[in-house]
Amino acid sequence: MVPQSPVLVVVIPLICAFLTLLFGWWRKGLCYPITLVSLSSSFLASLHTLHAVITTGTIHYHLGNWEPPWGIEYVVDHLNAFVLAIVSFVSLVVAISSKRSVEQELPEKIVYFYCVFLLQVTGLLGIVVTGDMFNLYVFLEIASLAGYALIAIGEDGAPFASFNYLIFGTIGACFYLLGVGYLYVISGSLNMADLSQILPGLYQSKVVLVAFAFFMVGVSLKMALFPLHVWLPDAYTYAPSTVSALLAPLMTKVGAYVMIRVMFTVFKPYFSIELIPVTAVLSWMAAGAILFGAVMALAQIDLKRMLTYILVSEVGYIALGVGLANRQGLTGAILHILNDSFMMLALFLVVGAVMYRSGEREIPQLRYLHRRMPFTMAAFVIAALSVIGIPPTCGFFSKWYLILGAIAASQWVFVAVLLISSLLNVILFFRVIEHAYLEPHEEHASGGLELAIATEEAPLSMLIPTLIATAGIMVFGVLSGKIISTIIQFAVPTSF
Amino acid sequence: MFDFILSKYNYWIYIILMMIGFYAMIGKKNLVKKIIGINIFQTAIILFFISTAAKRGGTLPIVEHAHGHGIHHIHAASYINPLPHVLMLTAIVVMVSTLGVALAIVIAIYRRYNTLEEDEILEQRKWSRSPLF
Repeated sequence: MVPQSPVLVVVIPLICAFLTLLFGWWRKGLCYPITLVSLSSSFLASLHTLHAVITTGTIHYHLGNWEPPWGIEYVVDHLNAFVLAIVSFVSLVVAISSKRSVEQELPEKIVYFYCVFLLQVTGLLGIVVTGDMFNLYVFLEIASLAGYALIAIGEDGAPFASFNYLIFGTIGACFYLLGVGYLYVISGSLNMADLSQILPGLYQSKVVLVAFAFFMVGVSLKMALFPLHVWLPDAYTYAPSTVSALLAPLMTKVGAYVMIRVMFTVFKPYFSIELIPVTAVLSWMAAGAILFGAVMALAQIDLKRMLTYILVSEVGYIALGVGLANRQGLTGAILHILNDSFMMLALFLVVGAVMYRSGEREIPQLRYLHRRMPFTMAAFVIAALSVIGIPPTCGFFSKWYLILGAIAASQWVFVAVLLISSLLNVILFFRVIEHAYLEPHEEHASGGLELAIATEEAPLSMLIPTLIATAGIMVFGVLSGKIISTIIQFAVPTSF
Repeated sequence: MFDFILSKYNYWIYIILMMIGFYAMIGKKNLVKKIIGINIFQTAIILFFISTAAKRGGTLPIVEHAHGHGIHHIHAASYINPLPHVLMLTAIVVMVSTLGVALAIVIAIYRRYNTLEEDEILEQRKWSRSPLF
């Protein structure tokens, strides 16, 4: 039992970010191993934290031994221990796969890339672990600023896409900060647990309502919830492949975590559900996100851009689970944070590997890909089945809970939306699979071309992370019952 | 009505400043003007935080000889609240880093497109895209 494990999760990548800079000046090749070591130890610490939370319950860590309402406190309960393990594992997998594609795409910027990469992970982990509203803002900005920088070093359109993201991200963060300010003015506290004690007496106050509105808009901007998603497709399309693989699974999910935290911990569930009808609005926005993302994805020719619109749609699933505001719905939402992280990780790693080998990602150009890269494409198909929601994969189970939640809330429109989006996803992915797997008839008959296509599978350092992510999709599908019974059922507020 | 505005003039100024910044971020076409908008927006938030801490007739929150010099009766109402100031020090650091990142990105954009006008950049991007779009 290491009592420092919650803080170690954040501090190790933070310190190693500066070590990479220091050692990078001396030897460029040292950056990659330092990143791997720091993220592995951070992952071990987060696993240790998760284990401690499961066995002993919520952990409180007082930074510098300052007592909670005055000092900053890290609070780890079932919900954030779970998200913490996801974030640290996904970032470790992305770091392993980064070596070759960073060497190819950003040969001169390796040192700075790993430094900012680790700062990005630090920010994401910090958002999840902290129990203090203002500290969360600081980590949010660390993660966002690192994100702007990482996206801006991408291909041609990246700086402009990153600038747009910066404008929207700054508005989101400023709204969050204003929300913190309003809560501080009325309650005199910044500690989440303290706030949830003080606020119920003040729920009729307009200041609290305004603070809540600022939080919801700010966090929706950060998690790219329709119609505030406009920055996301451009930013994640033009970013370097490693960066897309890191940000797409994590940034939006961490935003969703903050939303759950604010709605159900800082404010009591009955405020968010009964006093103001925010969950109804949220569900309708989420339904819009699910359909809009899927329809827009249909219109895309660029595979990576198509995935970014699918991501918009997946964010909608999580928001819908939160908006349904019952036990099954929220279970589905929290389970979907895990499942979608792994699905997006696998899909974006596959796109990164295809980009690395062929430099192409437009869907009609993917011909013969199943022969050139058989394992990578197999991983793509499994991830696609999971996004569609076919039973043994994990995507099925979170969708199942979301549909159960929609039925329990008697919201038949949302049941229909969930089923329609599954059908749209079938069309979406079949379009890709058709081009990658099925061959034109006449060329097949001539037989001459078959020899010409040699297997050029992605390098092992990219293939193994992709296969780990795919294995995760299958394993979490099989184990989803166990995950719910040991972790998620304690993460859902007891009043549900 | 006039009294209502006058008695809370600091908050009105914060809201007006924030809206000016917000308009510049969304409405202006020039990227540097957008960055200036970000700064006005963030400065307005600093004004909001600082003015919540201020008190008429309040003094610095420093208690002299607080330890071991008899019992002091500390009237919290006569001291201004130091916490929002401290929060804003951190927010200023965040502001400066945002400004730095934004300016670096704008330099990269200028090198690529030779302009900082959003519509001209979009025009150039439209031509550089493949006909499939």
